[in-house]
Amino acid sequence: MIYFRAFLVGGLICVTGQLLLLFTDMTSARILVLFVTLGVLLTVVGLYQPLVDFGGAGATVPLTGFGYLLAEGAKKAVEEEGVLGALTGGAAAASGGISAAIVFGYLASLLFSSKTKQ
Amino acid sequence: MQQKEYEKLVKAKSPKSKVILPLIKAFFVGGAICTLGQGIREIGEKCLSLDEQAAGCFTSVCLIFLSALFTGLGLYDELGKFAGAGSIVPITGFANSVVSPAMEFKREGYVMGVGAKMFNVAGPVLVYGISASVLYGVIYWLVLLIGGKL
Repeated sequence: MIYFRAFLVGGLICVTGQLLLLFTDMTSARILVLFVTLGVLLTVVGLYQPLVDFGGAGATVPLTGFGYLLAEGAKKAVEEEGVLGALTGGAAAASGGISAAIVFGYLASLLFSSKTKQ
Repeated sequence: MQQKEYEKLVKAKSPKSKVILPLIKAFFVGGAICTLGQGIREIGEKCLSLDEQAAGCFTSVCLIFLSALFTGLGLYDELGKFAGAGSIVPITGFANSVVSPAMEFKREGYVMGVGAKMFNVAGPVLVYGISASVLYGVIYWLVLLIGGKL
């Protein structure tokens, strides 16, 4: 069942992150950077696609999936448009998520106030 | 003597649970967020008849919206205290890293506060992620070019 596989794969990817939090002094920002880069790298060597086929959203929802999206986008665009696609493909594929984060982030800052001041 | 024995016992017991418990929490919360993502994806594919790429985008946008909402309400940070990497590693954690500083630095103004600080974490992620994808694209292009497939 795909939901169980998504749970399993997504959970294990998060466990990897938790291991880094526990045993290294990496901050969450560094872990996110590492995961997105690792996602690109694993996609390039062909290891991430099988994980996506098996785990569905369990592989695409973690930040490594963001890297997968970037790498796949770049590859597809290069096939269609040549070298210019290397520049446009990744960002274009990820643009929905990036714009959503910016717009919803801005709206949240208008509507809500941070509680850390208290 | 008794206290020393107790301390010994604590030392023997605590490192294990300090490691195992956060891992279990991260596993379940991270897994649950991804399962929710899978549910949204199926809704996109079956109810809205989106193709695979659009369904993926739909999933990300929905999860980011939910993360922004829960961050705004102060609930995502509570989840973060409980789940650790389970709430950081999914795309909801990326959204949280945008929304949280945007709210926090509102007092520094809407340009250099909200506008700049929302990229505190997202900025580096985009710099390395996009750079890596461009590098891959260029190498892939060269491989196609040398292989005569272009």
